Amino acid sequence: MGDIKLKRNDEYLSYVENVTPKTGWFNSLFHAFIVGGTICCMGQMFGDIIKSYNPNMDTLRVGSWVSIIVICITIILTAFGVFDRIAKYGGGGTFIPISGFANSIASCAIEFKNEGLVFGIGSKMFYVAGPVIVNGVAYSIVVGLVYMLICLF
Amino acid sequence: MLASIFMYVKVFLVGGLICCLGEYIEIRTKITPARILVLFLMAGAILGGFGLYNYLVEWAGAGATLPITGFGNSLARGAIEGAKTGGLFGAIGGGLMATSAGIAVSIGLSYMVSFFVSSKSKKS
Repeated sequence: MGDIKLKRNDEYLSYVENVTPKTGWFNSLFHAFIVGGTICCMGQMFGDIIKSYNPNMDTLRVGSWVSIIVICITIILTAFGVFDRIAKYGGGGTFIPISGFANSIASCAIEFKNEGLVFGIGSKMFYVAGPVIVNGVAYSIVVGLVYMLICLF
Repeated sequence: MLASIFMYVKVFLVGGLICCLGEYIEIRTKITPARILVLFLMAGAILGGFGLYNYLVEWAGAGATLPITGFGNSLARGAIEGAKTGGLFGAIGGGLMATSAGIAVSIGLSYMVSFFVSSKSKKS
């Protein structure tokens, strides 16, 4: 009984493998490179504009502002449904920059709006972004504590 | 002028290559994007903890800070800065403090946007 089930699963998986459209891996890498590079260049441009108005601002603050601007643009594009098209084209080029983080929060919030304010938007919003925030905060605490321990000795 | 053009080329190359690496991992090993994000975040936090990522940030600007590795780096750097200035309290809260603005904007704006926009797939 179990063998038949396993065999059927194998056949089904190979069928899925056959049916899914194969885009050339070189093509998708190239798209990711172009889209990712363009997003980072746009960020650099925003940073240069901010610096030209506020030459005294330190680089860390400028970097935070650039992230905030990119996040805002991403969320607005997601709301209008434009970002999905860019993401389909760019693949890794859109989810590795901070735009992917913002897009995952916004699209999940929009998607699960119908399930209510608390358990719909409030909790499902972090379906993808939650692991990122949780892991990031955990690592940062570890780094801070290790640094303190090293400083003690 | 020439220096700023060269800077943009560096930003494009570094940002593009980091994204390329993520895409390559996704194609080859079929790890889901969320796991790749966490993986890259961990890499950024480790490199940032050792202070290596700052060299890349100095060299390539936004090409290094905008990818999720830059997010990990600013978490680690915030924790180290906090530990230097605020002791134990800074070491625990510094990372979140350094990245708080980005997280707050993404949560707040998404929350506001979700009131005005409904998903297309559920309407039809």
